[in-house]
Amino acid sequence: MGAPPSDRRGVIDEPTRRLDEGALRALVPRVLAGLVRRGEDFDAAEDALQEALLEALRVWPEHPPREPRAWLQTVATRRLVDARRSEVARLRREEATYDAEPRPAATEEGDDTLFLLFCCCHPDLAPASQVALTLRAVGGLTTREIADAFYVPEATMAQRISRAKRALAGPPARRLDQPGDLAVVLRVLYLVYTAGHIGPPTRLDLAAEAIRLARQLTLATEEPEARGLLALMLLNHARLPARLDSDGRIVTLDRQDRGLWDTREIAEGVRVLQSALAVQRPGRYQIEAAIAALHDDAASAEETDWPQILAWYDDLVALTDDPVGQDPAAVLGRAVAVGHVLGAAAGLRETDRLGEVLGERHRWHAVRGHLHELGGDLPAAAAAYADAARRAANIAERDHLVRQAARARAAEPSTSSRLAERPH
Amino acid sequence: MPKYLLLKHYRGGPEPHRPVPPMDQWAPEDVEAHIAFQNHVSELLEESGEYVDAQALTPARSWVRYGGPDAAPVTTDGPHPETSDLVAGWWMIDVESHERAVELAAYVSSEPGPRGEPMYEWIAVREVMWERPRATDAA
Repeated sequence: MGAPPSDRRGVIDEPTRRLDEGALRALVPRVLAGLVRRGEDFDAAEDALQEALLEALRVWPEHPPREPRAWLQTVATRRLVDARRSEVARLRREEATYDAEPRPAATEEGDDTLFLLFCCCHPDLAPASQVALTLRAVGGLTTREIADAFYVPEATMAQRISRAKRALAGPPARRLDQPGDLAVVLRVLYLVYTAGHIGPPTRLDLAAEAIRLARQLTLATEEPEARGLLALMLLNHARLPARLDSDGRIVTLDRQDRGLWDTREIAEGVRVLQSALAVQRPGRYQIEAAIAALHDDAASAEETDWPQILAWYDDLVALTDDPVGQDPAAVLGRAVAVGHVLGAAAGLRETDRLGEVLGERHRWHAVRGHLHELGGDLPAAAAAYADAARRAANIAERDHLVRQAARARAAEPSTSSRLAERPH
Repeated sequence: MPKYLLLKHYRGGPEPHRPVPPMDQWAPEDVEAHIAFQNHVSELLEESGEYVDAQALTPARSWVRYGGPDAAPVTTDGPHPETSDLVAGWWMIDVESHERAVELAAYVSSEPGPRGEPMYEWIAVREVMWERPRATDAA
């Protein structure tokens, strides 16, 4: 885990004059929290800071500031002043006090992040608004970058953000400390993570952005689920380089070149997960991270510890009273593990009870195709893969499932008898 | 956030709920009201942060296929243009859910027709595919 960025760390790399955008973004939540804490309206302060950020991106490469954070704060404040000329006098007085303010300690930086995350992930906002606002106010991204990452016009994203802020207007953003609110924050960060990598590569890697935000969050709270989420993202992200081949085709986990996995990310993920599990307050992110860690830990697909993965899935489905209705994805994931531990037929029986809930999802059909193949029933596997392909919502997956179906259909009967042997 | 196309058709689709004559036979004020509603839908989507794109297509359509080696492309307008679907245009939206896409499609379908009454036009709702799986999708 990197040290929290400080003003002293250069935002401009002197020899190359290149702007370190990561360092610049890291300043945004701190400056914004400072403005809001001193009584500025969240909406107006966030707008003013966005303008200051755009100005910084334009000006800093040529004229690097001596104190980046103070620069941002001053320019944002000036924008606020411009927006409310009638209150110039009051703001000038306040400005003078801020310049004299001491730099905050590390704990205060963590508080800033948490404070802003609770504002941006307010339960009254729609998920898309929570995501957009979090990326701007905490992530320090420009509207343009966020719009590109979600493949929508910039005007649409700008509108989404300003609507979200209008919904938050009124009494000063209240401080939300209940565990329920942290759960919303975690869900929003996970949404940012999952939104990554769905389209043509953009300059902004949303998955990496989510990891950065989760890392900030773990500095601000002791809650083990926050660390569980960070671990889950890291352990999953570590495998992304192996997930697609050079032609963009999906490579399934059992065929991935494990040498491409990011061992540093895996090591960090395992370390973060262990520190979370040590608190002995397990939750869904910690459990999912544990499952990801077991996959990451296997030197080859054959060495995957399926019995232990199944044990974690048992814990995962036990988190709700009605797993089929409330967490069908966990039940489906467990069915795969059941198939590998107890045999394909047992796995398929597990999927049967999900038919009503997930029957229209491609994943349900794809899992059944996998289990039929595991059990050696290639015609049934081919049919299930074809059903999955028809329901896939992305092109790479659709193409992958069509290939799986064609491959299963073309396979010789002798192949099917070999596959009929159970792995355990 | 899934993206959807809300497709309007010149013809095709299920049996019309309320058959209406072609627009050139409407009263001028009905035509104006109809066009104003289309613009209103785009503004509404922009205001809600759900707008991605809107386009209209001319009704003229040519079918084209490869003619074979060293041959010109083969084109036709038929064979049964009067019975086939003909897309007139679309809105592309970026929304929370399929339910929201259906809600917006139903609103589009309430557009005013002759005498200002809703057209009950069938709108085709189609999900746009992503290029690649999400970062969390298990391979």
